[in-house]
Amino acid sequence: MTLTESASPPANSTNREPILSVRHLVKHFPVRGRGLIRRVVGQVHAVCDVSFDLYPGETLGLVGESGCGKTTTSRVILNLQPPTSGEVRYQGQVISSLSQREMRRLRRDIQIVFQDPYASLDPRMPVNEIIAEPLRIHGMYDSKSGPRQVAELMRTVGLNPEHGNRYPHEFSGGQRQRIGVARALALRPRVLVLDEPVSALDVSIQAGVLNLLQDLQEQFALAYLFVAHDLSVVRHVSNRIAVMYLGRLVEVAETEALFAAPSHPYTQALISAIPIPDPRKERARQRIMLSGDVPSPVDPPSGCRFRTRCPLFATLTDAEQRRCIDEVPALVDRGQGHPVACHYARPVQVL
Amino acid sequence: MSGELVDGVVPPSVSNRANVLEVENLRVDFPTDDGLVRAVRGLSYTLAPREVLGIVGESGSGKSVASLAVMGLLPKNARVSGQVRFGDENLLGLSESALARYRGEHIAMIFQDPMTSLNPVYTVGWQIAEAIRAHRNVSQRAALEKAVELLRLVGIPQAADRVHNYPHEFSGGMRQRAVIACAIANDPDVIIADEPTTALDVTVQAQVLESLRIARERTGAAMILITHDLGVVAGQADRVLVMYAGKPVEVGTADDVFYRPRMPYTLGLLGSLPRLDVGGRRRLTPIQGSPPSLINLPPGCPFAPRCPMRQPICQQEEPELRPTDHPGHLAACHFSDSLVGVAPSDLFRPTARDDVLPEDAGDSAAPEVTA
Repeated sequence: MTLTESASPPANSTNREPILSVRHLVKHFPVRGRGLIRRVVGQVHAVCDVSFDLYPGETLGLVGESGCGKTTTSRVILNLQPPTSGEVRYQGQVISSLSQREMRRLRRDIQIVFQDPYASLDPRMPVNEIIAEPLRIHGMYDSKSGPRQVAELMRTVGLNPEHGNRYPHEFSGGQRQRIGVARALALRPRVLVLDEPVSALDVSIQAGVLNLLQDLQEQFALAYLFVAHDLSVVRHVSNRIAVMYLGRLVEVAETEALFAAPSHPYTQALISAIPIPDPRKERARQRIMLSGDVPSPVDPPSGCRFRTRCPLFATLTDAEQRRCIDEVPALVDRGQGHPVACHYARPVQVL
Repeated sequence: MSGELVDGVVPPSVSNRANVLEVENLRVDFPTDDGLVRAVRGLSYTLAPREVLGIVGESGSGKSVASLAVMGLLPKNARVSGQVRFGDENLLGLSESALARYRGEHIAMIFQDPMTSLNPVYTVGWQIAEAIRAHRNVSQRAALEKAVELLRLVGIPQAADRVHNYPHEFSGGMRQRAVIACAIANDPDVIIADEPTTALDVTVQAQVLESLRIARERTGAAMILITHDLGVVAGQADRVLVMYAGKPVEVGTADDVFYRPRMPYTLGLLGSLPRLDVGGRRRLTPIQGSPPSLINLPPGCPFAPRCPMRQPICQQEEPELRPTDHPGHLAACHFSDSLVGVAPSDLFRPTARDDVLPEDAGDSAAPEVTA
C-alpha cells in the first residue's frame, strides 16, 4: 500500500472526491422511564456532530473504547438506523433520507461485516446459500453462473469452494468471518464497513483475516471503514485513523502522523495504555494513567467531553479550564498538521 | 522441589521455602457424550515467592481449566489428577472444608468478569468484610474499616463512601478493583488472575493492572496471570508459560519467550500480532489451521498439523518439555535447536488463505470447557 508522507496534510484528500462523506451526524437514543406510559426521560447522546470523509481505496480506522459510539456511527452510515440529524452522502448523494427501496439499490455498493461470526451467519443455511443470498435478493443470481460465482467468492476469501455445501458450525471462527466477508463481497461493493471484524478471533487466526482484508482491498479497490477498539490492529490496517470519545471525534490523522505526534490527550492516553508484546519496551514505558471512567452518555460533560478524565485539564489555570468547561473544542487543525478537538492540543511523543 | 520436608505445621508457613506453589503433572478430563475431553494433559510449574508467572494460550488451550483445578473449583464431573502442592499439602486431595481454609487466606483468585464474581445483593464493603471475617476473628466494624483501606489501596476514589455501594453502582474497572481488594484482603501468598482485564477497555485495563501491581507489592504475593494477551504478559510477567492443546509447550523468562522462542507455536503467535510500535504495512504471518480437538487427540505433537517444520517424527512422538540452549528455558519441540535466530517470517508464510476445515484436522474449535 502507499504510505503518504506523515506530517503533511493528507495528500489524497485534497484532490480526490470522497466516496462517502459524513457531515454533522447526530444520533440520540431515547431513554424511557418505568411505568405504563414510558415517557422519554432523557437521551443517550451516542453520536454527536461527527464528520469525516472516506476516500476510494483507503482504510479509515474508527477507533474508541466501548460506548464511544463507533458502532452506532457505522450503523447510521449504512442507514440501518436513521440519524437524529446530519447527513451521510455516498458519491455526493444523500443516503440518510432514502426510502427502504432506494436504499436497497445502494446496499450493493456499501456492505457490512459484523463482529461476531457465530451470530451473523444463519446456522441452518449451507455456506453456498449464505453467500448467494445477497445475489438472489438483488436478482443477480442465475442458476447457470450463480454457483460458479459463489465458488469464486469462496476462493477469493481463502476458503475451499468444495466446502460450500457445509454448514457454518463446521467452520472455525476465522473461516466463518471469511464467509461473512464473501457474503459482503458478493455484490461487488465499493465500500465495506468492518465492525470489529477480528476482535472475536484468536490472534493466530486474526492475522490471516487481516492479510485477507489487505489483499481484497488491493484486488477490488475497496474503501474500508474499519471500526475497532484495538489500536494495534487499527494501526496495522489503516491509512487514516479517527479517534472517538463519548460520541465525538477527538482527532483525525494519517496513521503515521497520529502515532508520531498524537495531539489530543485522549489519543495520547489510549496509545500509551496499549500493551506492546515486547518485554523490554513494555517495562520501560511510561503510562499516562487516566483517572475514573467514561462518563454516562445520557449526561455528558459540558464543553470538552474528555475534561473529566483529562490529565492536561488538571494542569491548566482556572481561566483555561473555564474554556474546556464552556466551549466545545472544534475538530480543526491547530498547527499539528491534522484536526484535533482540544483547545490546548500539543503533540506528545508517547511510543 | 524438596516437598518431602516434614514440619507438621498446619497450615504450613511458606515464607522460607523456595516455591509457594508447585503444580505437578496436573491432568483434567471431562467425560462427555462424544468422549473424554482431555482439557489439561500434564501441566507442571513452580511459582517462587513474589514471582509473576504468565500463562498464555488461545481459547481452548486449557489455561483456565488448569487454574480452576488448582483452586478446586471445577464441576464434580471433572476428573482431576496430579499434584498441587502448597507448602506440604497437596490441595487436590483435600475436602471442601479443608480447601476453604486455603482459598482466600493463602491462594486468592480473580476472575474475568467482575459482575459475576461479586454478589449483586450485598454492598461491596460487606463482601470484602465477609472475606476478611471468613479467616480472621475481627468485628464487622473493624473489617469494614479494613475494606475501606483496601479499596483506597486499589485506587477507588472516596473509598469511605464507596464502600457502601452495591456492585451495580460501580463501573467495570472499579468492580474489578473491588475484586482485587477482596482477593488481597487476607494477604494471600498466591493470587491467580484469570483474564483479569479481558472484559475491560484499554485505559481501564491500565488502571486495573496498576492496582494489581500495587496489590502484589503490598501483600508480597506471587501471581499467576492467565491471559491471551501477549502484550499484557510482556509487561507484567517475570516468567511465561505457553500452553497449547492442554500442555505447556514453552516455559522461560519473559525475555526467553519473546526474544528467543524455541517452539514454533510461540514463534507463530508472535508473528501473528499486529504491533502498535511498528509502522508501515508489515505483512502478518498467521498460523494455518485450527487447534486440535481435545477428544481423541492423535499421537505426536499436537501442533504438528499446523507446523511448517514438521517431520515424520512429529506425527509419531509427542515431544516433552526439554531444556534449550538457555538455562531455565524449556520447549516442547523435537527441533527447537533449529529455531535459533529464526524470525516468524522465516518459518510462517504471510498467507491469506484458511481452507482446511477444523473437522478434517479433528473436530476442533470446541468451546472452552468451564463450569
